[in-house]
Amino acid sequence: MGTRDCNHICDESSPGIGEAGRTGEWRTHLPVIDDKRCTASKLNKPTCFLCWLYCPEAVMTRSIPPSIDLEYCKGCGICAQVCPVQAITMAPEEKKLG
Amino acid sequence: MAVQRKSNIHILDGNQAAAIAAKLSRVQVVAAYPITPQTPLTEKLSHFVEDGQLKAEYVAVESEHSAMAVCTSASIVGARTFTATSSHGLAYMHEMLHWAAGARLPIVMACVNRAIGAPWNVLNDQQDSISQRDTGWIQIYCRNNQDILDTVIQAYRIAESVYVPVMVCYDGYILSHTEMPVDIPEQVDVDRYLPPYKPHTTLDPDNPKNYNLVTLANPRVGVDGKLCHGYMELRYLLQEALQDSREAILHAGKEFNDVFGRDYANMFWEDRNEDAEITIVAMGSLASEAIVAADILREEGIKVGVLGLRVFRPFPKQDVVQALRKSRLIVVFDKNISYGSEGATCSEIKSALYGTYINAAIRNFIVGLGGRDVKARELAEATKKAISSLKETVTNPDYPEWICHI
Repeated sequence: MGTRDCNHICDESSPGIGEAGRTGEWRTHLPVIDDKRCTASKLNKPTCFLCWLYCPEAVMTRSIPPSIDLEYCKGCGICAQVCPVQAITMAPEEKKLG
Repeated sequence: MAVQRKSNIHILDGNQAAAIAAKLSRVQVVAAYPITPQTPLTEKLSHFVEDGQLKAEYVAVESEHSAMAVCTSASIVGARTFTATSSHGLAYMHEMLHWAAGARLPIVMACVNRAIGAPWNVLNDQQDSISQRDTGWIQIYCRNNQDILDTVIQAYRIAESVYVPVMVCYDGYILSHTEMPVDIPEQVDVDRYLPPYKPHTTLDPDNPKNYNLVTLANPRVGVDGKLCHGYMELRYLLQEALQDSREAILHAGKEFNDVFGRDYANMFWEDRNEDAEITIVAMGSLASEAIVAADILREEGIKVGVLGLRVFRPFPKQDVVQALRKSRLIVVFDKNISYGSEGATCSEIKSALYGTYINAAIRNFIVGLGGRDVKARELAEATKKAISSLKETVTNPDYPEWICHI
């Protein structure tokens, strides 16, 4: 079966979860959110969300408290870097051996 | 069709003609980095933007690579974009030239043809654009400054109908810095000829899309369940677009004649080729010089015609075969060299004629590299040398002759 019916003339796709496999397995460091420090959680208001804005994998939720889809979080640490109140720390990933 | 319109002749150099054409085409984004001999073109455009004659964003980038990156980004969000470069600047753009064509963005670029180092040289030959032959761009070469102005405007019509970027090439200094009469069209006529740009994709925050991400070789099913092209199918579509672009080029040329009264419904132009036994083939301003050479040879009773290549990509094989059907000798002059082989246009001519009933001898001369002056007398003498070589052998030589002092 050919692709002639595909009307794209350059590569085009819709964003979808897991397009490149379960990328959470790439992670060496795990972001851990301290809700007591997180501005949105502390104020109970939809504010800040820089972690959500900057996450390149769109795995951070814009919720109170924010949560992370660890199936696809690669552990890049950008959320921890951009958090203005240091509410996110990168903990070494404990991998199962064997 | 007779066209009644007032002429509006100005004395312009090639860079001015290209800048005015970009302005008349109502380009919305210009991203360019100055390089000799293209610089006056970018200066003119920034002047147009600065004094409000052209409502466009002029992005003063830090390199040609960035210039083409800005153009691709601007084009994919729906802006009509223009850039210009020469020589090393074009070479520096190389990666992004592939990107612009692969993303099927109808960017128009003026390439002011200049030699490439080492050694340094700012003067004219066509090695720069010929080196970008396989990037998927349409390439059109101009013979004079009116051609430059008209071709830039047509280039948007062509690019935006087939979604392939177009490189408008013209010879550095010989055209870029030489003044000649140019008829400047009215804005209202250009607007009639050139409808606003309709992008093939639109970025919509409510319907987010990925463009040109990692694409595997094989087709795959997207998240919407539809089968999408793999990398190779997308490459095929680009080739198909260039194969089919001949019609768009001829149509744009014909409609240009309907509006402006100058006919471009051809892939090349010819001079006295109807009864010619010998055809000189050249591209750009060199082909204009070849007309003078043909004058000299005709005075001596030699039936010479000229084929001035205009469209180099897509290469018009069938049209060339038709035009050369009566020639017994084809003399190809190239301002470029594919080292270890021959001039690029000579290879194209040979490829077009292979397997046809035309069995003309072909002689190739490399001329005018790095701004070496090419006199009509030299073209005429080379043609006579090619004629006398037929007495010795009809076999096409492996390598071209060079008109130089070695």
